[in-house]
Amino acid sequence: MVTMIGKSIRRWWAVFALPTFAAFIIGFVAPFVIGIYLSFTKFTTITDARWVGFKNYRGVFSDPDFVHALIFTVAFTVVTTILINVLAFFVAYMFTRAMRGANLFRGVFFMPNLIGGIVLGYIWQLLLNGVLAHWGLSLTYKGIYGFWGLVILMCWQQIGYMMVIYIAGLQSLPSDVMEAAQVDGANARQTLFHVTIPLMMPSITVCTFLTVTNGFKLFDQNLALTNGAPSNSSEMLALNIYNTFYGRVGFEGVGQAKAVVFFIIVAVIAIIQNRLTTSKEVQA
Amino acid sequence: MNRTLKSTLALVAVGAMAVGTLSACGSSSSSSDSKGQVYYLNFKPEAADAWKAIAKEYTKETGVQVNVQTAASGTYEQKLKSEMSKSNAPTLFQVNGPVGLASWKDYTADMSNSAVYKDLINKDVALKNGNEVAGVPYVMETYGIIYNKSILNKYFKLSDAAVKSVEEINSFDKLKAVADGLQKHKSELGLDGAFTSAGFDSSSDWRFKTHLANLPLYYELKADGVTEQPKTVKGTYLPQFKNVFDMYLTDSTTPKTQISSKTADDATSEFATSKAALYQNGTWAWTDLQKAGMKASDIGMMPIYFGVDDANEGLATGSENYWCINKNASDADKKATEAFLKWMITNKKGQDALSTKMGFTTPFKSMSSIKSDNPLVQAAQKDQSSGKTQVSWNFTLMPSETWKNNLGSAMLEYAQGTGKWDSVKSAFVDGWAKEIQSAASAE
Repeated sequence: MVTMIGKSIRRWWAVFALPTFAAFIIGFVAPFVIGIYLSFTKFTTITDARWVGFKNYRGVFSDPDFVHALIFTVAFTVVTTILINVLAFFVAYMFTRAMRGANLFRGVFFMPNLIGGIVLGYIWQLLLNGVLAHWGLSLTYKGIYGFWGLVILMCWQQIGYMMVIYIAGLQSLPSDVMEAAQVDGANARQTLFHVTIPLMMPSITVCTFLTVTNGFKLFDQNLALTNGAPSNSSEMLALNIYNTFYGRVGFEGVGQAKAVVFFIIVAVIAIIQNRLTTSKEVQA
Repeated sequence: MNRTLKSTLALVAVGAMAVGTLSACGSSSSSSDSKGQVYYLNFKPEAADAWKAIAKEYTKETGVQVNVQTAASGTYEQKLKSEMSKSNAPTLFQVNGPVGLASWKDYTADMSNSAVYKDLINKDVALKNGNEVAGVPYVMETYGIIYNKSILNKYFKLSDAAVKSVEEINSFDKLKAVADGLQKHKSELGLDGAFTSAGFDSSSDWRFKTHLANLPLYYELKADGVTEQPKTVKGTYLPQFKNVFDMYLTDSTTPKTQISSKTADDATSEFATSKAALYQNGTWAWTDLQKAGMKASDIGMMPIYFGVDDANEGLATGSENYWCINKNASDADKKATEAFLKWMITNKKGQDALSTKMGFTTPFKSMSSIKSDNPLVQAAQKDQSSGKTQVSWNFTLMPSETWKNNLGSAMLEYAQGTGKWDSVKSAFVDGWAKEIQSAASAE
């Protein structure tokens, strides 16, 4: 038997699904397919592409800057994923306890997320350069300064966002399990590590997924904070692709090929990460 | 039956709405008729307002639509790439020289019959693509070392001044002596340093990786009699390049370890507030210096004495702004574009916009009598008639942006002390061969 809702859905699905589907095709599938196609061509604008086969891909891994950017990006992602998640969890844990002004603090922590990456990059460039000037240095003096500058910036921006997800997770924890733990005499530490965190795994999956992919895809902040200086030593993958695309005459295809390689790397890592954390999820 | 009808209707309605919104994007050009229209993608953000105003004026006078869009600083290639793939592409765009032309040569129409080409004082400055005229320069610019006259005059009165007047500064050694002297007496003269900060922020690093690097390139190509882009360079004059760069770094307002984040605005404000007396930049800097409150009588410009042929070295003059007409535009649009350019250089209003509002020195006969109130342009004109050899802009031959960026990075690392001069050499010499090779392999 078909319910009333089922009937309506059957009749009207197209009205709701098709516009979104069209937008998905135009805004996502088409550029993606065209992008992959372009990585096999030589082109100046997308309308005059000429097929060259795998030639563009040959240049990708032999480019030392790309390999350096890859290492830099992986290191950056590892550091930010750990820092952001640990700190965001800690902050969320704090704000779900009874505390005066918790709501206000949640708002304050969330706010950096609402500022655009480029603007943030310039603001932090001013701030960090101001601090480094005490030692007669600047952010682009060495790649390692740029690295930690970016880490600080990313933490500042993302902790609030992850915190919101963790707060939602913490608030929906089943209270009977928590009570049971209390009755059984678990102390706060044991409760946290053996009850709360295992139950929080779905939130942790989401947050680590977001931080890992954000770390890999980082572009605006990198561009505004250091622009890869000095000598491309603080250049991340996305910026490297951008610079390849515009850096030399006739290298648009190579940039595009790098972008496809980049997509594959991010997709594979995101899938592995998702599998790993999902397998740790438990039912209450 | 009724149900199917209803849902079909709904589908059609949705479809119609979607088509309606989508088609709205592409229909803005439908007003063009046999008159054609002009779409100019402008490169210079500082001239954006003036272009918009003159375009309006032109439309009022002739009825031809002129649409001017300006790319944000440093994003011209990006913007051009995306605009050119649209059906309503720019009819008029610009390239920065032979290397820029290489990526757009399939898009440039032959301009040999255009009024702007015929009106060039020296037809050799046009950009050629085989036998075709691919680009016509519309602004000639000059750079050198801009100096603050009143500070230098104060310096000349000091007892241990190396020279007693600006005219006596006529070689690298003298220039260096003056710079060292200014640096030594900086507190008496109220300076932070002789030269403005040699900033390597992207707003300022082109002054060194492109403009200063032009000098060793210029002298080498001249000595070897090369006129086209060479496959390799030797870096014969890199020692002199190092001397000048060292002078910029030592006699400076800023410690070497901080230059990586210094911007063009920093340098401008140091110079405009009399914290520095010497500033490597060009005629285009006047607008900003004037805005910052400098008086025309206070500034002058001298060549970047390089220690090779100082007696004959003039200022560096050239162009990296070439108008190109889009080959793929409709004939009516191409004609309209040529007519618009002709109007710009022959009509009083157009001339006024180019020379006064935008402050350009143009290479056109019809505008040769116009006097500029830009003191740096005046200095350049005086220099041109002095009999000295003008340093040409060979940086338009530099193989790629990547070459410049790598050279700039190596220079910065050397300046900070985190790298060696050898890597600058290698970026200059080996980098050149490498970039030419990768450009060839991309063909």
